[in-house]
Amino acid sequence: MAIAIKVEDLSKAYQIGQIGTGTISRDLERWLAKKRGKEDPFLRIGEVNDRTVIGESNIVWSLKDINFEIQQGDAVGIIGRNGAGKSTLLKLLSKITTPTTGIVKVKGRIASLLEVGTGFHPELTGRENIYLNGAILGMRKKEIDRKFDEIVAFSGIDRYIDTPVKRYSSGMHVRLAFAVAAHLDSEVLLIDEVLAVGDAEFQKKCLGKINDVTSNEGRTVVFVSHDLAAVVKLTKTSILLKNGTMYENGITRKVINTYLSTDYEKKTKYIGGVKDTAPSITRIEVITSNPNNVQVHGKKLSIEFDINFPVAIEGAILYFQVFNSKMQPIINPWFEESRLISTAGTVTLVCNIPKTRFYVDTYSITAHLGEIKGKQHFESVEHVCPFEVNMFETHRQSEWIKDACAYIEDFSWEVKNDNMNFDGKD
Amino acid sequence: MNTTIGGNEHLSEGRQGEGEQEWDMINKPNAHILDLNIKEVLHYRDLLWLLVHRDFVSFYKQTVLGPLWFFIQPLFTTITYTIIFGNLAGLSTEGVPKFLFYMAGVTCWNYFADCVNKTSTVFKDNSNVFGKVYFPRLIMPLSIIVSNLVRFAVQILLFFITLLFFAIKSGSFQITSYALLFPFLIVQMALLGLGLGCIISSLTTKYRDLVFVIGFGVQLLMYATTVVYPLSAVPEKYRLLVELNPMTPVIEIFRLGFLGEGSFSWTLFAVSIIETFAITVFGIIIFNKVERNFIDTI
Repeated sequence: MAIAIKVEDLSKAYQIGQIGTGTISRDLERWLAKKRGKEDPFLRIGEVNDRTVIGESNIVWSLKDINFEIQQGDAVGIIGRNGAGKSTLLKLLSKITTPTTGIVKVKGRIASLLEVGTGFHPELTGRENIYLNGAILGMRKKEIDRKFDEIVAFSGIDRYIDTPVKRYSSGMHVRLAFAVAAHLDSEVLLIDEVLAVGDAEFQKKCLGKINDVTSNEGRTVVFVSHDLAAVVKLTKTSILLKNGTMYENGITRKVINTYLSTDYEKKTKYIGGVKDTAPSITRIEVITSNPNNVQVHGKKLSIEFDINFPVAIEGAILYFQVFNSKMQPIINPWFEESRLISTAGTVTLVCNIPKTRFYVDTYSITAHLGEIKGKQHFESVEHVCPFEVNMFETHRQSEWIKDACAYIEDFSWEVKNDNMNFDGKD
Repeated sequence: MNTTIGGNEHLSEGRQGEGEQEWDMINKPNAHILDLNIKEVLHYRDLLWLLVHRDFVSFYKQTVLGPLWFFIQPLFTTITYTIIFGNLAGLSTEGVPKFLFYMAGVTCWNYFADCVNKTSTVFKDNSNVFGKVYFPRLIMPLSIIVSNLVRFAVQILLFFITLLFFAIKSGSFQITSYALLFPFLIVQMALLGLGLGCIISSLTTKYRDLVFVIGFGVQLLMYATTVVYPLSAVPEKYRLLVELNPMTPVIEIFRLGFLGEGSFSWTLFAVSIIETFAITVFGIIIFNKVERNFIDTI
């Protein structure tokens, strides 16, 4: 197979802070330095993008020395925490911005799956928007003509195709947007978090289509997502970014394990920011039975949440999921209380699981905060506070086989036949 | 499905044979200053027409008066100018009916000014789309120029109707052979609007405060153009300034062609063409330079 995408020594620096002040004079200085063949006086090499440490200069390297190749027909995931450089990498791959150093080479036409409704005009009908959106993605009118019926059929909105899209629901928006991008005749498809919206059924359909695109049509897919389950499903290999550098590159399952494992980031605590208007989850902490995020099967596990309410809200709802390393949700406890908050401030909620029944694996927490009445969704915090479960105090003579199950239910055995002779028991 | 797979395998083999170095897209820090991606722009020409269609439909649907608005604006501006500059200030119109004289200037100037104003905010207005997907950004200003052309066509029609009305009333047509230059004048106005708009939009991505200067600046520029007065009435002191303004010959030739009054000199015309060309080329070059990573600063 030929190489579809080749990235060499790719770096991208951003200027942070006040860009507006003194730019004209700085620009002149920079220009002078460039003219004399000197290095940019405002660029310092070697600083790493770490938001917890305040850099010396106001230049931040969003990506630093990235090298990789993607084979034609491969589906590759890009994972990493917020600010790791995922979006920047995608922007460089799609030519939305240029690198500071290094080079991106792509064979074939590239299409990006756009965020819901980007480039959609509310006054235009679905039909007109298909053409407009297709053209924005680089299709010629003839190509869209050819694919039109297929696009409409996939989106499932044929009845409303001549209705202005301002009357569409957000679900219909996504369907249409996805359908246009997925049916494009491009060799490379870039997908960024779009599947977060839309109903479960359509999401499944989209994932199926993406799978189809890679395995049957031989197109290359680069997939950026927080939805690790989707990454596992769609991709064989993945790239893990950390603070703008490539941390790991390999088989998706392995990379995700690194991503979630405690070696990668020793943080067992999630600390979130306070928002001015909407409630937010400011802390999540897993209290495991043993130190170093080790939870022993059968022992007590507590998960603590701090929720900040800038204004009083009636009836908040918090629920969280515990995911295993295969990205399967194992449990989904909820806290639904109409009396929960009557005043503004921070509340701490603790969920106690007296006897954990998780099987041997690495787990992470995903929490969602919303409102019962208005059905509003405030915040989701995904895949934080990784912890490990082991079987130290549960005895059995046979080995604990990896991935044998996800969960052990309480059980007991009864022997109904007297022919069996138990050892030591007579 | 089987044929697709077979086809693809064949394709990839063929490509491998072509060698490693053939890439369809290369994204690197610096491109040559004259690398204007004309080929790419041509590939996206369907997008240009669809954007024009979008602008037209959305304008038509969103306003209460719809296309009527196209007529109202130049009509009211012309009436205002006729009263203020013609009647109150008593500026000369070289014997041409005041209403026609101002309408000719206003119609042409409006097209140019609309092109500049709309193009100058193109990065800001489209940052949402530009930040999500790549296509040659030049398509956007080009679509603005063409969209405005539709509007200009409607307004010029209004002008011709008015012209016909005055001609019947006075019983004489004043059209001269200079009217044949009209298509050329349109192109010149479009290019001037495009070039100047591109320059301004490129600068405003970096120096935001420039935006405030623009609307004001375009208005001031109108008074340095022969919109509300004839070139012959300009005092010697300011003459050179007005003559060097590339929009001056455009409006003068337009008036000479359709109203029979105006100044024409090949020298001034040639100078304005050179200026237009320079502004357009410079505009596109600077626009292409900025489009490469403006999304970082906006």
